[in-house]
Amino acid sequence: MDILQILSNTGSSLIAPATIGYALAALGLAMHFGFTGLLNMGMAAFMAIGAYGYAISILTFGFPWWGGMLVGVGGSLIFALILGIPTLRLRGDYLAIVTIAAAEVVRLLFLTTTFDKYTGSADGLSGYHASFRAFNPIPDGTYGFGPWVYNANGWWVRIFGIVILALAALILWTVMRSPWGRVIKGIREDEDAVRALGKNVFSYKLQSLMLGGVFGAMGGIIYALPASVNPGVYVTSLTFFVYTALLLGGAATIFGPIIGSVIFWGVQTLLSNLLPALVNIGVLPFMTTTQSQTVRFILVGVALMLLVIYRPQGILGNKKELTFVK
Amino acid sequence: MNTAEYRRTRRRNRRGVLVALIVALSAAFSLMAMPAMADEVNVDQYDNSIIGNVKLESVPLEGVRLTISGGGYEVDVVTDADGQWKVGVPDGDEFSVTLDENTLPEGIAVIDEVGDDDTPNVKEAMIGPSGSTVMNFFIGRGERNVTSFFDQFVERIVNGLNFGLMLGLAAIGISLVYGTTGLSNFAHAEMVTFGAVMALIVSVDLGWPIWLAIPIAVLLSAGFGWSLDAGLWKPLRKKGVGVVQLMIVSIGLSLALRYTFQYFRGGGTEQLPGSDSPDIPLFGSVSLSQTNMISMVISIVVICIFAWWLVRTKIGKATRAVSDNPSLAAASGIDVDQVVRVVWILAAAMAGLAGVLWAYFRPGIRWDMGAQILLLVFAAVTLGGLGTAFGALVGSIIVGILVETSSLFIPSDLKYVGALVVLIVILLFRPQGILGRSERIG
Amino acid sequence: MSNKDTPAAPVQRAKTTGLHKGDIAPGVAKVDPIIIADGVRRTFGGLTAVDVDHIEIPRNAITALIGPNGAGKTTLFNLLTGFDKPDEGKWTFNGHALAGMGAHKVARLGQVRTFQLTKALGLLTVLENMKLGAKDQIGENIFRGMIPKLWRKQEAEIEARAEVLLKKFKLDAKSSDFAASLSGGQRKLLEMARALMSEPALVMLDEPMAGVNPALTESLLDHILDLKEEGMTVLFVEHDMHMVRHIADWVIVMAEGKVVAEGPPDQVMKNQAVIDAYLGSHQDVDLGIVTGRIEGELNTAAITMAAEVEELDSKIAKRKEPRK
Repeated sequence: MDILQILSNTGSSLIAPATIGYALAALGLAMHFGFTGLLNMGMAAFMAIGAYGYAISILTFGFPWWGGMLVGVGGSLIFALILGIPTLRLRGDYLAIVTIAAAEVVRLLFLTTTFDKYTGSADGLSGYHASFRAFNPIPDGTYGFGPWVYNANGWWVRIFGIVILALAALILWTVMRSPWGRVIKGIREDEDAVRALGKNVFSYKLQSLMLGGVFGAMGGIIYALPASVNPGVYVTSLTFFVYTALLLGGAATIFGPIIGSVIFWGVQTLLSNLLPALVNIGVLPFMTTTQSQTVRFILVGVALMLLVIYRPQGILGNKKELTFVK
Repeated sequence: MNTAEYRRTRRRNRRGVLVALIVALSAAFSLMAMPAMADEVNVDQYDNSIIGNVKLESVPLEGVRLTISGGGYEVDVVTDADGQWKVGVPDGDEFSVTLDENTLPEGIAVIDEVGDDDTPNVKEAMIGPSGSTVMNFFIGRGERNVTSFFDQFVERIVNGLNFGLMLGLAAIGISLVYGTTGLSNFAHAEMVTFGAVMALIVSVDLGWPIWLAIPIAVLLSAGFGWSLDAGLWKPLRKKGVGVVQLMIVSIGLSLALRYTFQYFRGGGTEQLPGSDSPDIPLFGSVSLSQTNMISMVISIVVICIFAWWLVRTKIGKATRAVSDNPSLAAASGIDVDQVVRVVWILAAAMAGLAGVLWAYFRPGIRWDMGAQILLLVFAAVTLGGLGTAFGALVGSIIVGILVETSSLFIPSDLKYVGALVVLIVILLFRPQGILGRSERIG
Repeated sequence: MSNKDTPAAPVQRAKTTGLHKGDIAPGVAKVDPIIIADGVRRTFGGLTAVDVDHIEIPRNAITALIGPNGAGKTTLFNLLTGFDKPDEGKWTFNGHALAGMGAHKVARLGQVRTFQLTKALGLLTVLENMKLGAKDQIGENIFRGMIPKLWRKQEAEIEARAEVLLKKFKLDAKSSDFAASLSGGQRKLLEMARALMSEPALVMLDEPMAGVNPALTESLLDHILDLKEEGMTVLFVEHDMHMVRHIADWVIVMAEGKVVAEGPPDQVMKNQAVIDAYLGSHQDVDLGIVTGRIEGELNTAAITMAAEVEELDSKIAKRKEPRK
């Protein structure tokens, strides 16, 4: 068992594009769920629209990378409108069911062979990197130390992702400190009370859905940036995993979603390396290496349950500021 | 969500009305020209594959659609500029390959080489030891094999009814649990899978006859429901955990259980005995397999017994009272905890039975089979009006028929989309569902 | 005025009189109405909850809306404030037609309300609750909100105004606490103070006394009377007849969705229609309690019971609500 390799992989995962993508999506959910109280279970669709919007506009239309990102973000804004206008009047668990259904509709539309030419159906999309890499200011070569050694492209994706993440966190922090954020938190507590004070609750919810949706779409883009768009990623479980990361860190916080995502991926990577290694040296005689890969997903489920029951405010959340809609 | 289909997939008419959204999308997409890509579907995911080449007198035909299905796996593929296609398929199963003649040029059809094959455009493929098999069709000028639209429609309706009744068994449980506890139970999907897996263990692993295995699976499911309530939900209720929190707990439970099934049964598809029962022709070209008939009868009988229970028995009446107004029911001396316990047991038993029937309908048992229909069940429950058992049943039948008949009009891999879009649209106009009551007097 | 059951009643202030034109009858015209409603009807699945032919609310006066349970008081409140949509009917507020207008727009016109079940925003601080009440905030636009420079000055003004009100309502010591930590009565005060932050013309209070600790009752009554002195109009739903007699200038009685009587409080309490309405509705509750009336007024036990029943009802309604 190569302990160093396992630790190195784990360390590397802490700033992996997937981690950054999750962190962005979790920030979006913090906006929706943590601050506004909207139980959006369709985050996977926002991520898918971001990623597909980016890839399709580059591959099909020959857009530059930044144009692709604008399309992805624009697509998520339109989706937020289409999703929000009929559903934001619904409450709590109703909203959850409708958003999860809408996300599934989006996924199936990307997966169907009907639009194979554009979406690649089950194969997904890849080979859209040239434009983004051409903008890489980092000279060719390999940089870094310890577990974090990447080539110029690897660093370019990560640095870009971290900058976007920092920007998103800054925007969220700024708006939540403003009177706008006060209205949003008021809506989470009791939307009728806020309505009685003359605020257009529907419009605020829609704005929240759109802002969080943009974060999700950027998360989807960063997630797909280094490799490919794979339709198998954007399943409902993705939303659940992002919720786990969010609740781990703290739903109504700015840094909670980021730290939650880092921990989520750190633990996932550690387990996916460590468990098979333990099986191979005979420490876990009752499972096969395939089974050991399944264990970590069982643990995600268990962790989600335990978090919600015993520490709903997450690691960074204030015990008093429980964020569950009553 | 893999689409579930009959193994003996009949040819379908894919021209037709598309859902508005899809029309809009395809219109948008068709404005742009695209170079054809070599069409390989799911090749990276699976080791085994089926390949083929569609040619008319040595001229490759592009854009011909084929559907490959079997063992709960279904995928569509379109031929590339060289007339070639390749599809990755999971282990072990037989697959049927259907060539959609509507995608052939005018006047061209699949030729019946044997002479007595009614459906020359449908072929059975067995994966050989090489992990790959070639499947070619004889294409020429000739009459297409046409099943009348009416026959197809009737058959779809019958299938849809069967599917709907099965969904109903699951939906009634979700609805009862929601009505009495306020929980939208995402782990209900895994209660469905649980029933199927138990039937598999008893019938295949232990080798007991299937008529014994199914009741045992249902009983085990009931016990599973009881233990979930006693071990998890009841303590949480006592703790006063909110409904949204409970819902997220159920999501966690769903993930944990789903991957536990995968842990023990692996990622493949397994069959219950009797899943390849022969078709019994009913009329015209409409036929129904033996298991499907039995499963329909079972669904109807169980639902009738349930209806009797809910309307006639004391505990059934108490259940309705609790669904209606928990505080009032508690105040009038109903033991709410007991009712909820019974509801969990019943819901789990019916979900388990639905799992067994779903295993025959798909066909096959997989670790995520319950999750595949969870959203349809939610759609059914929401459609009928949250928290009303009979509404859930009506909603299920509508969803079942909708899903089955929609594949006459839209690509089969989009058939769930129709049901989900209808769910969203209905909520737009009637948020309380079809049978749900509107607001109570305040 | 009977003060025998209300210990240490506050100093009596003058009632506003001469509010109506012509003979007193249900739907009588007012000298200076702030709300005029016509033919407002709301049914729930065949049951008529509200069916008001004509009603006028007098300006700069305190009007009480009373009636037995199920009379449609809260439904009428919800309709007038845009929280519910009527089957038919139209009404004006300060000359603006309100029918079909959303709740937030109604509030912006200067007609604010409180709720029977207090809606303090628990996880916002008391001060944040207050600031939320202020109208026309620059920083409530998402884009301007991102640039603090644009809204800092207004925020400071709002905060100053909030502090004055909090002091008046004796909540200044709690200003940085979460609203969830307040007592029931304090929440009622906070809700009222928050409504005042929007500088309304009409304040609609849905059962301002329900669940308020007797020690706070007096100051709450004073605050309501102050509103009138400051030029506002008050319309409130209440079960506590002492409060109604004590502060209301005008009383409107509803039963089974209709206005059955209205007039100055001392006259209305003697009206046979009112007595019948209350008696009729309580036959199925407990006749023994209800019949112990004095001069057409329900005794406190019956009122308390009625209030409890209604409270239970609304709690049940609230439990059910999120599941819709």
